[in-house]
Amino acid sequence: MARIDIVDLCKRFGNIEVISNVNLSFEEGEFIVLVGPSGCGKSTLLRMIAGLESITKGDIIMNDQRVNDLPPRDRNIAMVFQSYALYPHMNVERNMGFSMEIKRTPPDTRRQHVDKAAAILGLGSLMERLPKALSGGQRQRVAMGRAIVRDPSAFLFDEPLSNLDAALRVEMRLEIARLHQRLGSTMVYVTHDQVEALTLADRIVVLDHGVVQQVGTPMELYESPANRFVARFIGSPTMNLIEVAMEDQQLTMKSTHSAIPLPALVGAESATQLGIRPEHLEPMPAGKGHVQGEVEVVERLGSDSFVYVQVPGAGRLLSRCNGNTRLQAGEAVGLSLDPAHLHLFDEKGQALR
Amino acid sequence: MRTVLTIGRNLAVLGYVLFALFPLYWLLKIAVTPDRLIYTEGTALWPTTFTFDNFRTVIFYSDFMVFFSNSVIVSLCSAALATLIAAAAGYSFSRFRFRGKSIIVVLMLVTQMFPLLMIITPIYKIVATLGLLNTLTSLIVVYTAFNIPFATFLMQSFFDGIPKDLDEAAMMDGCTRLQALRKVILPLTLPGLAATLGFVFTAAWSELLFALMLINSNDSMTFPVGLLTFVSKFSVDWGQMMAAGVLALLPSCLFFVFIQRYLVQGLTAGAVKG
Ligand SMILES: Nc1ncnc2c1ncn2[C@@H]1O[C@H](COP(=O)(O)OP(=O)(O)O)[C@@H](O)[C@H]1O
Ligand SMILES: [Mg+2]
Repeated sequence: MARIDIVDLCKRFGNIEVISNVNLSFEEGEFIVLVGPSGCGKSTLLRMIAGLESITKGDIIMNDQRVNDLPPRDRNIAMVFQSYALYPHMNVERNMGFSMEIKRTPPDTRRQHVDKAAAILGLGSLMERLPKALSGGQRQRVAMGRAIVRDPSAFLFDEPLSNLDAALRVEMRLEIARLHQRLGSTMVYVTHDQVEALTLADRIVVLDHGVVQQVGTPMELYESPANRFVARFIGSPTMNLIEVAMEDQQLTMKSTHSAIPLPALVGAESATQLGIRPEHLEPMPAGKGHVQGEVEVVERLGSDSFVYVQVPGAGRLLSRCNGNTRLQAGEAVGLSLDPAHLHLFDEKGQALR
Repeated sequence: MRTVLTIGRNLAVLGYVLFALFPLYWLLKIAVTPDRLIYTEGTALWPTTFTFDNFRTVIFYSDFMVFFSNSVIVSLCSAALATLIAAAAGYSFSRFRFRGKSIIVVLMLVTQMFPLLMIITPIYKIVATLGLLNTLTSLIVVYTAFNIPFATFLMQSFFDGIPKDLDEAAMMDGCTRLQALRKVILPLTLPGLAATLGFVFTAAWSELLFALMLINSNDSMTFPVGLLTFVSKFSVDWGQMMAAGVLALLPSCLFFVFIQRYLVQGLTAGAVKG
């Protein structure tokens, strides 16, 4: 198991800075998820930890040893690639045992390790197959098996599920969570899917444009996002944002100057935007609640309904409410904002509370 | 409509195959025609009697076997050397960024632009100065050098077809870069290596210009030059020449039979998704 410290890490490709001054510490046995939109530098950061990408500036420290100049093979880290990267000319057994083959482990021992990993992943009957004769999910398992056989001090995953269909993705997500419980190894997992991040992570690192936006447990990020980017990125459907201003000690909608009758909020003076998650926006009979609008669309998902409400001055707001709501499109409706779950953002998008 | 298209396509293919194979057929036909019938039955599709005399004469009573083994040596060595160098160069072009890469690429393209006739004199001069005239070595060096650019691009495209993830996975699994190349990448490049070998081999096998200029002793003649010895001042020994030609086709055919199983595609299937 490994503790990984990342200190002032920078990466430049030519003149473009892809990773800017990243500082992170991953504890032993922690499941860390790096999440962010496509192109934000997640893979680059992961590959630097793996040793596949050179470091422009800063240090990576594993268990108190600086590993900047160690080649990948000396870092005792396993990586599962998005493309799986199975060796096409080797059968499943040899794919999984390849690392031990390189280390010249005796075939008996190798066999034992491979069988053990295969049993964990339910690959026992596929050992003789070539990768091309496997389904996507099976390839994914072999790629994980190859990592498990190594018994590495840390696992790195680069969007391992993004090539699978939705059902399989849920299944493999569970598998990875079980794997972590079973092995207890440090795992660093890259994804652009915030659902994967929320469900798998002990702690989430949110990246944008190579800059760490926030680090925290899933609930911390969900309940108190540090800025507008995190607020919008974490949580689905995304948080509603309303342009606001402070007029006469009263929070008002910026475009219509109509008041939002909320109790006094800390830091509201410099707020320019108010954020509220769909589940904290409750439909009320018309005339009641904090803002008034008209139902545009109701999406019924069974367990929940998504009610899109057009509010003059605030645009379209989304409320997530009971699956059996009676609301209909075109109806006038009030919306009540839960004061305990409001987020205020200043001009720069920083959260005010 | 579809059947019409299919028939049309098959006819076109048939036409092409006939057109391509007819000279070979004619080669074989003349080779087995007895000398006395060559002119009398000149245009018949098959002679009334046929004979292997021409083959016997060529193999046992001419220098043909010398030419033949010279050609085998030169072609095999050139093919092996050029492929080895092209594989190394192609790999580095495909996998690394380094200073001067684009300059090298342009230089290699430039070498392919000139007709060989233009540079044959300087080449002769160089080879003569090195004292390599009339040696097989000179041909091996020249053929290797002139085939490297194209062979390199060929190899590069094969390496480009293999995902970099595989190198990296192997390096994560404990390989050095060279081990990754040897154990993972090269086995996947076998079709590419075979194609490149075949390409250089055939190019060297049928090369005439340099062979003619750099060699003039019978001992070191390669086959295409040797064929010309069947042309004497007063006559051309058609039957023997064609018999020699038929024999000369054999190694190329054998070579392709040998490598064709590596030429099949799909060796990399299953490396990545899909
Ligand atoms: N080898 C490279 N050369 C130049 N730019 C690169 C290279 N690799 C990645 N980049 C750039 O770095 C940025 C981050 O890439 P990446 O880490 O792959 O993003 P992510 O995995 O978050 O989608 C992208 O803008 C990408 O274009
Ligand atoms: Mg990526």
